[in-house]
Amino acid sequence: MEHIEIFNRLRQQFGEEVVLEHVVTGDEAKGFRDPYILLKTESLAEVARFLKDDEALAFDMLHCISGVDWPEYFESVYHLFSFKHRHMATLKVRTSKDDPKVPSVTSVWPAADWHERESYDLVGIRYEGHPDLTRILLPEEWEGHPLRKDYETPTHEHLRELGL
Amino acid sequence: MDFLMNAMQSLPASMQLSGPLAWTITALVAAGVTMGVVSLVALLAVYAERKVSADMQARVGPMHVGWHGILQTTADAIKLMLKEDLVPAMADKWLFITAPLLVFGGAFIGWAVLPLCKGWAPVDLNIGVVYLLATSSLVALGIIMAGWGSHNKWSLYGAMRTAAQFLSYEIPTALHLLPAILLAGSLNLTALANSQAGGMGNMANWAIWNPFCFLSFFCYFISGLAETNRVPFDLPESESELVAGFHVEYSGMRFAFFFLAEYAELFLVSAIASLVFLGGWNGPFGLESSFLYLAKVLVMMFVAIWLRWTLPRFRIDQLMGLCWKFLIPLGLINILGVGFWIYYFRT
Amino acid sequence: MVIPAQPKPLQGEPMVIYMGPQHPSTHGVLQVELHTDGEIVNRAIPRIGFLHRCKEKIGESVPYDAYVPYTDRMDYLAAMNTNWAWASAVEKLAAIEVPERAEYIRVYVAEFNRIASHLVALATYGLDLGAWTPLLHAFRERESVLDILEELSGGRLCFGYMRIGGVANDITPRSIEMGKAFLKQFRAKLDSLNELLSFNHIFIRRAANIGVIPGEQAIAYGMTGPMLRASGVDWDMRRDEPYSIYPKLNFDVPVGQGLKGKTGDNWDRYWVRVQEMYESMKILEQVIDGLPEGEFRAKVPAILRPPAAEVYCRQECPRGEVAFYLISDGGKTPYRMKVRGPSFCNLSILETISKDMLIADLVSTLGSFDIVMGEVDR
Repeated sequence: MEHIEIFNRLRQQFGEEVVLEHVVTGDEAKGFRDPYILLKTESLAEVARFLKDDEALAFDMLHCISGVDWPEYFESVYHLFSFKHRHMATLKVRTSKDDPKVPSVTSVWPAADWHERESYDLVGIRYEGHPDLTRILLPEEWEGHPLRKDYETPTHEHLRELGL
Repeated sequence: MDFLMNAMQSLPASMQLSGPLAWTITALVAAGVTMGVVSLVALLAVYAERKVSADMQARVGPMHVGWHGILQTTADAIKLMLKEDLVPAMADKWLFITAPLLVFGGAFIGWAVLPLCKGWAPVDLNIGVVYLLATSSLVALGIIMAGWGSHNKWSLYGAMRTAAQFLSYEIPTALHLLPAILLAGSLNLTALANSQAGGMGNMANWAIWNPFCFLSFFCYFISGLAETNRVPFDLPESESELVAGFHVEYSGMRFAFFFLAEYAELFLVSAIASLVFLGGWNGPFGLESSFLYLAKVLVMMFVAIWLRWTLPRFRIDQLMGLCWKFLIPLGLINILGVGFWIYYFRT
Repeated sequence: MVIPAQPKPLQGEPMVIYMGPQHPSTHGVLQVELHTDGEIVNRAIPRIGFLHRCKEKIGESVPYDAYVPYTDRMDYLAAMNTNWAWASAVEKLAAIEVPERAEYIRVYVAEFNRIASHLVALATYGLDLGAWTPLLHAFRERESVLDILEELSGGRLCFGYMRIGGVANDITPRSIEMGKAFLKQFRAKLDSLNELLSFNHIFIRRAANIGVIPGEQAIAYGMTGPMLRASGVDWDMRRDEPYSIYPKLNFDVPVGQGLKGKTGDNWDRYWVRVQEMYESMKILEQVIDGLPEGEFRAKVPAILRPPAAEVYCRQECPRGEVAFYLISDGGKTPYRMKVRGPSFCNLSILETISKDMLIADLVSTLGSFDIVMGEVDR
């Protein structure tokens, strides 16, 4: 299924309130690149469940979760793949900078477990409903989330104070 | 070697001594000679292991110390002796210190009854085989002490595995020696070897040609490998699972003791196998030579080295299964079979 | 082997033991927290991050072409493949056409690197089970592969050979000769390795029926590469979503069939890798025969400024699918880059399947995963 068809199917199922828009990145002059579907953050788990269970979509594999720090909001990006239909989809949800919260999809795809932990660790998005949302790559005592654009690298003295 | 034997026997007489003093001197000299032989055998066996494994693995092995690296193990031994004597802070100090001595001692005192050349053993004990089986348990005790005393969880695992493995494999070791002992009618190692003399080409009377003993020989060798911690039975020290098992905390000379003990024991197992099953110094064309005996032992050791560098390692339950489900029942059957054999063919 | 938990009359505490980060069979600096009851592992929790080198943060601050050497250090056993995945992601983002000769050279080095990487995987798996000799034989073969790659790139572990739009320098006649000579003798070597290790009775008993991952579970946990195929899922990017010149090449995709036990056990994972080496040899022979004339690198601007867009580009590497998610804002460096490492996803299943295993089986299972910590931790 083409990406736009996946979007249409989702829209048909959930409506404009939940499935916000279909964006093809790039521009007219230099060519278009990968598209994505923007979802309403609170409905992510519901849509994810549908994406996996629906016969026509059958996204059985979660390929990757990436957290992105944009100037106005955080984004959590999901790359999905279906072995049955051999198509891919990119989902995005946005969350506020003050209180970044995104519903967890670990119950839908177990693969999300480590990806969400990594995104929490490095970008600082909280995945609500994750069974064990702890840091995965950095030490437990680490302060801040390095992949944020405003992150300041700690000095050696500070790290020593933390016992690292 | 025959010269050595004569010298040893004539030593007290030539010194014109008698009584307890002569006995003590003889014992000390015999112990010294055995000690020297054990160390030499271990050094050479380590060298052989390195060279053979290198050849199997498309390498050249040690080449720089001495001619083709022949002094490499000596150099390593010296290096180990010069190393710092480390005892982990939390270790049980006395257990930690005595364990390698016990392991080496256990391997070493077995040699007391082992004929080193044709017809001469340091102590010609009439129950030599029983003595050997008894002393080899000391090694297990030493390894368990080392594993517990190190205060390390990996070595504790090594110790637990050792306890299970040694206690299990003592039984088939003994059971599979019995058929040959029944045939020879003696527990003395020299007598066992001598009983296999004669026959066609001085080979026909070897215990191994008896069908039951033939099986027993292989089973004994397998159990012997298990008792000496050789691959594929090196579970107590399996480096990929338990890092180094019971000797994970050992370094320097203490580690060298474990190392020496392994090869001393390997030689012991090979020697017993060739004495009990392969006719000892009795060989083809009526030959009777200590060198023949030595050659057999070396071949057996080579087989052990060969196996080590060919096979992967067993898992603990597979190891136990092999012992209790295969080797022990087969040992009992063999003993019964040999009993019938003697009844029908000897009487 | 899975031993069912039984009610215990004598209650004690489970022993917590940390396997790694300094342990011979954790394949690098992985730590596995074992909760053991005797030899039985009740729970094994992998802890990662000891080798975290901020690859994604660095990626945001260096230009696209300068990031190639950093990808070497992710999957350092298959540096060419990771290089290539990065290069093709950037090419997709900047819409750069790669000359056909460059694609052939890329397949040439990538498949050789796949053989080298699988040789290490098999050798260390044997080592995990206590077999030393296959390790040295496999490493000897790997050395000859590395000689070929060294002839081309100058490196033996981290090559840095790929460039955006092609490769660093043209393929040399000598490297093709070396490749031919290697392929001539390697099949026989691989057969003897099979005799020595693959069909060794003890080895089969240690590997078959252990760590079984059914196909559905493998997909649910996002596993890719040989681990996925060993579980019976017939999926290979090179054939099913072909990129580069793979559509022109003729090769099979080996899938686990449970020859010695259940489908998806350790032995299947091992065996899929062995078969993939045979397939790589097929590919290489075709590449040598079909190498076209032409440019080895496209004309790429010295400072690359891709348009503001996003791409997600994945490629089949020896350990699975490496994917790069690139967001460009039109500048010299990516706005955000994310690496999807296959070992990272493959490792996440360990805790689930290692319940009630023996310690020795856990080591065997972990060895069959063939993880590279450089790519797990990034």
